[in-house]
Amino acid sequence: MSTQITPAAQLSTVGVEEVAGPVGDARTPRPGSLAARRRRRSPAGRVLRNIAALIVFAFSVFPVYWMLNMSFTSGQSIISRTPSFLPLDFTLRNYETAWTRPAAPGQTDFVHGLISSGLVTVSVLVITLLVAFLASIAVARIRFRGRRSFIVSVLIVQMIPGEAMMFTIYGMIDDWRLMNTLVGLGVVYVAAVVPFTIWTLRGFVAGVPVDLEEAAMIDGCTRSQAFWKVTFPLLAPGLVATGVFAFIQSWNEFTMALLLLRGQNLTLPPWLLSFQSATEATNWGAVMAASTLISVPVVVFFLIVQGRMSGGLVSGAVKG
Amino acid sequence: MSGTLTRPAPTRVPRDPLATATRDRARRRKDGAAALTLLGPSLVILAVMVGYPAVLMIVQSFTDYSIRNKVQGTLPDVVGFENYVEVFTASDFPAVLVRSLGLMLVMTVLIVGLGALVAVLMTRLTRGWRILVSIGLLLAWAMPPLAATTVWGWIFDAQYGLVNWALNTVTGTQDFTNHSWLLDPWSFFVVLTIIVVWQGVPFAAFTLYAALGQVPGEVLEAASLDGATGLQRFRLVVYPYLRNVVTVVVVLQVIWNLRIFTQVYALQQRGGLASETNVLGTYIFRQGVGEFGVTSAIGVLTVILLLALSWGYVRTTLKEEEL
Repeated sequence: MSTQITPAAQLSTVGVEEVAGPVGDARTPRPGSLAARRRRRSPAGRVLRNIAALIVFAFSVFPVYWMLNMSFTSGQSIISRTPSFLPLDFTLRNYETAWTRPAAPGQTDFVHGLISSGLVTVSVLVITLLVAFLASIAVARIRFRGRRSFIVSVLIVQMIPGEAMMFTIYGMIDDWRLMNTLVGLGVVYVAAVVPFTIWTLRGFVAGVPVDLEEAAMIDGCTRSQAFWKVTFPLLAPGLVATGVFAFIQSWNEFTMALLLLRGQNLTLPPWLLSFQSATEATNWGAVMAASTLISVPVVVFFLIVQGRMSGGLVSGAVKG
Repeated sequence: MSGTLTRPAPTRVPRDPLATATRDRARRRKDGAAALTLLGPSLVILAVMVGYPAVLMIVQSFTDYSIRNKVQGTLPDVVGFENYVEVFTASDFPAVLVRSLGLMLVMTVLIVGLGALVAVLMTRLTRGWRILVSIGLLLAWAMPPLAATTVWGWIFDAQYGLVNWALNTVTGTQDFTNHSWLLDPWSFFVVLTIIVVWQGVPFAAFTLYAALGQVPGEVLEAASLDGATGLQRFRLVVYPYLRNVVTVVVVLQVIWNLRIFTQVYALQQRGGLASETNVLGTYIFRQGVGEFGVTSAIGVLTVILLLALSWGYVRTTLKEEEL
């Protein structure tokens, strides 16, 4: 159960404990055994493996590197016959352009897009965490009737593609007079993120042994005191991880933003697309600079919680 | 699984069974009320934002509801299965469906296959090299899909793209000057697949790597001492440990690859022929606001397809969590 928290780390711990059992001395490779054979042919094999590792690394990183490289390269060099692999004529002009120029006449600029995206993202984050936290406590700590059906429906809802219902939701938002507002978009995002958040937080809550709470209650805490003083602090990493997930989801979301927002209210993803369509012929450096600016917050947050993100999704399957 | 706060404390004093039953029932009712309070907000959100539109979509898919009804405030007519018949016989939907499924299949096979290779590679690397690979994978994974598509689109750009430059240099010709990769649907799909696979492999690789760590080395050692070949060791020892993880990874990839929107849409904006390259998501989007009945029918079909495909995920998860 608790393997949801950084599966890699915990799983390897389990493995080590099992290995250190009664057959611990079997680690010395015997002549002719598989381990010995593997060790003998290792030098060539190791070089090959390291080359493969280098290829994987290069292929993964290249587009990121290329984006950064282009964002610091002047327009002249970008459209030259031979591409420059390093920003030799280093410039920040692209970032200046990306930061100030509106996407198209009547459309927003980066700063306003940033404000819109920030507002939506932070509200979605706060509301989602609050709502999902309450639900996850109920699911993980209380055996109520309908618990299983609730979990099944959360799992199923998580799989329903919001894109399939986009025009029904469009009509709904329009009926509610929320078209082209950040509130309307935020409501759609909360609904999209809540199921996964409940599911992940449920794992974190269940991962904190209920015995701890019971011990605190025997020592004189009330049930709610026991929860807030003992369990809640242990849940902080889980809340951070799921919060970051909600953040990334709403920061990156593109389809509904494209459908529901216009002109001055665009969030960053639809802004980037308009900016690209409007400037690509003349100024690719600025488009790359804009892409970099949009990517930075996501990459930073992503690196903070990466282990837990995959853990939540496969919580059922990766089990210690 | 772990107990709950509500389980009756074990006691050695024999109690009146009738009183215990009454107390249990009272406690259960109290728990039900507490659960309902805690679940309330989520239930409201899910009911209003998922349940209601889902029902609305199903109802509308059997009507000729359109923007005209919305503007004039008139009620649409019920048309039965007419929308579904139209979608299957007089639209691009069948072609789009086949295209989406085909792309999904290729992407899923590539992502899971390459992910497995990278995962195995990572188990064989020394620590420093493994960290290097992890950093690369994380960066690819973390890029916002739209930004990633923008960069890849530029790498494959017809005039100034790196790929055309490299091909010209390698072949020593000018054949690839101004060669558009996005105009031809097939090479459009190649570029699209590269982008999606590039971003998809990290998740598969990390998950499978974590799962490989579960296989105890002792068991493998014992199997090889007993004379099991490499293939037998994999099939009989490693795979049983991995089966559930592989199932979940495959199902999630199937779902995610059928739902791709951003990459396709952004590439189409850069010069693809939308009519020839639409997948389910962009196809629905490009129907535009207007014929709500028809778009609802397409939406219903898409939801049914995805739910059917994700059944494996739901079942595996429920089974493994012992819920």
